[in-house]
Amino acid sequence: MSRYILGRAAQAVVVLWAAYTLTFVVLYLLPSDPVALQLGAAGIETDKLSPVQLQAAMAKYGLDRPVLEQYLSSLWGALHGDLGTSIAKQRPVTALLGERIGSTVALGAVAGVLMLVGGTVLAYLASYVRWRPARILLTRLPSVGASFPQFFIGLLLIQLFAFTLGWLPATGSDGFSSLILPALTISLLTSSLLAQVLMRSFDDTLSQAYIVTARAKGLSRAAVQWKHAFRNAALPAMTILGVIVGLTVTSAIVVETVFARNGVGKLAQESVVAQDVPVVLAIVALAAAVFVVVNLVVDLLYPLLDPRIVHVPKVSR
Amino acid sequence: MSPLVTINDLHVGYARGDRVAPAVRGVDLTIGRGEIVALVGESGSGKTTVANTVIGLLPDSALISGGSVVVDGVEVVGAKERALRALRGSVIGLVPQDPMVGLNPTHRIGRQVAEAVRRRGVSGPQVDLGVIEALEQAGIDDAVLRARQFPHELSGGLRQRVLIAIALAGRPRLIIADEPTSALDVTVQSRILDHLEGLVRESGTSLLIITHDLAVAADRSDRVVVLQDGQIVEQGRPADILVSPEQDYTKRLIAAAPGLAHGGRIVPRFELAPDQVATADPVIRLESVSKRYAVPGAGGSFLALDDVSVEVARGRTHALVGESGSGKTTTLRLALGLEKATSGRVVLDDVDITDLGWKQTRPLRRKIQLVHQNPYASLDPRFTIRQSITEPLVSFKVGDRRSRAARATELLDQVALPASYLDRLPSELSGGQRQRVAIARALALEPGLVLLDEPVSALDVSVQEQILALLSELQERLGLSYLFISHDLAVVAQVSHTVSVLNRGRVVESGSVAHVFGSPQSEYTQELIAAIPGQRAEAVARSRELVHD
Repeated sequence: MSRYILGRAAQAVVVLWAAYTLTFVVLYLLPSDPVALQLGAAGIETDKLSPVQLQAAMAKYGLDRPVLEQYLSSLWGALHGDLGTSIAKQRPVTALLGERIGSTVALGAVAGVLMLVGGTVLAYLASYVRWRPARILLTRLPSVGASFPQFFIGLLLIQLFAFTLGWLPATGSDGFSSLILPALTISLLTSSLLAQVLMRSFDDTLSQAYIVTARAKGLSRAAVQWKHAFRNAALPAMTILGVIVGLTVTSAIVVETVFARNGVGKLAQESVVAQDVPVVLAIVALAAAVFVVVNLVVDLLYPLLDPRIVHVPKVSR
Repeated sequence: MSPLVTINDLHVGYARGDRVAPAVRGVDLTIGRGEIVALVGESGSGKTTVANTVIGLLPDSALISGGSVVVDGVEVVGAKERALRALRGSVIGLVPQDPMVGLNPTHRIGRQVAEAVRRRGVSGPQVDLGVIEALEQAGIDDAVLRARQFPHELSGGLRQRVLIAIALAGRPRLIIADEPTSALDVTVQSRILDHLEGLVRESGTSLLIITHDLAVAADRSDRVVVLQDGQIVEQGRPADILVSPEQDYTKRLIAAAPGLAHGGRIVPRFELAPDQVATADPVIRLESVSKRYAVPGAGGSFLALDDVSVEVARGRTHALVGESGSGKTTTLRLALGLEKATSGRVVLDDVDITDLGWKQTRPLRRKIQLVHQNPYASLDPRFTIRQSITEPLVSFKVGDRRSRAARATELLDQVALPASYLDRLPSELSGGQRQRVAIARALALEPGLVLLDEPVSALDVSVQEQILALLSELQERLGLSYLFISHDLAVVAQVSHTVSVLNRGRVVESGSVAHVFGSPQSEYTQELIAAIPGQRAEAVARSRELVHD
């Protein structure tokens, strides 16, 4: 068991490193001129500089060093919690992230809870309700939810709840009430995805032989579904939780822009527009870290929920 | 006293699109208190539908179009879920068909039994006592340990006993056993059936056994009810049914059951003199092979085969018999070259293939082909029959499109299927037809040796008989040699010349079938022979005949 945990943790570290390196390579070695790109972000127009001034500017941002050296020093810094300095904003990236991350974490947490509750309740009801029209309606809902673009849903919600009904603020990032609409926008997509996987999984589970055994004991349908079907049905759905969390991060970029929230997603959008490479690199690494950690947690939870996982010895070789 | 179950003119159908396909057509049946009734029929005869109607577990697509089913004074047809739920568990217990999938994999055994115990109103610490009691009643040693384990940690036989414990825990008045042991080894099967029968006789519980095997039915029941196409064609005491069946269908079932065909005795088809058992030039020879698997984690290893020598004479059938874990399948994988032996040699057609690599073994695969146990899983569901049969030809680049088409037709003809089946998909075929296709595919490359891995154990008895007849016919016509793996000794006797009995990776006995089965030397072989179903009923029938004479 401890070998399993260590193995999975080591795997997670490798994935994280690979994500950081790949992002670095993509951002620095793209066919454009990385020097001009970054100096441009700082407001310096390379065309108008004399060679001496250019050399000085490059030295200031460490751009005169070989790429490998830049990579190693940036990786070394990242390992020690120093993510470099934003070129456009002239401030440490960690400070920028620190200011913005609270609002995004709150958004992600509320969206995550809504996703879990919404997706599970929908799937649960769809497999429990026996009246055909209601059942059909419930099973079709997720594909509707998943097929609307998020910015459109966001605008629709603002129109309805902020402008028409006046219940909630349309934009901004102060207080819990401003969280509800953006979180709803994200979770509408993510809970639809979760519900789709769970519904399939419920269908499969409820056709298993042990469900017949449970019903033959005289358990009620509710007891059978809750005690026997739910946990087994949730197992395959856990696998896509990692994907869904990744989706939540990318959704934050769109949603924070639509709702004018000052979070990491908004920062990502601004940094990409300003071609602020150190910030973009830091945000991608952060997103990768979240993704890796969630997947690690899911993998470690799996054996707790499914006793068969740990006990399978390798006998194929 | 009124019977426990009274079924009157029951009609049940299944909705298929707009139409309703009838499954049960006017069945009348009673089950008395304490009576053991066996419902016998082939797949699709409606026997499971009848059982599901009684316990109120019909799928949503089923429609009861008429009749009545009264269980313990309660009308089941048209009853609300709440009323049915009151019956399940406490009046009717169910022992389902496949113990490998019948238990929730994520719950401990104890918890699953406890649910059934609580149904009779027990609560608190009494539940634990009830769980242990039920497990012990079902014949499980170490009940406390077992209750704490998960289903995957138990063998198939133990899982089936757990399912019996669950059925018993509610103290029902009727137990329905749906093919309760067909997924288990013969000796385990007979022990479990003995135990279940003893329990119901002792407690006065009624038992409804659903089975396709008349031998099992006849051994265990007070009354055999034969079902065909949703109608009862014959019923009566087992001895009467076996001695003087009135319907052709029943006669066919009796003839098809290998244990019953010769009065519960094994009658080998081939007699070989002792000096004919070994031949100078066998097709394949495994010379004292051993196979050791490493067991990671535990740091040890597991000896799957221990000094096993087996050979198949040309044009003959050699059988490997034994229970799960005896090493039958490992032997087969070694013969196929899928595994390397830890020690010993494998000689195919005078070529030592023990140390050959994949590339060198490949041309040899034309000489040796395999037919799997489960025809439902061994055919690619998206391949037409033509694609399945011609795939080996394509893979070895034999002939062109036209000659392959001609060969496919010829092969189907050999296994007695019409050429019109070439463009069908496996899902349109019955189990027996699928196995014919699998045999045709194995014959495509004209192999000298065909490995048959439990080729009939997934099939109904009457279909089994047809497939076995086909295999014998093909052997005579094409001069094939078979290595036949089976746990069913009666089937082995029907097709094999020689046999090796395997137990825990060792050959405990081998020789001609007539010799080994006729005068078994090892205790293990004797046990296997005693477990063949159909012997008890035959004995009763014979003794009655003697009285009449």
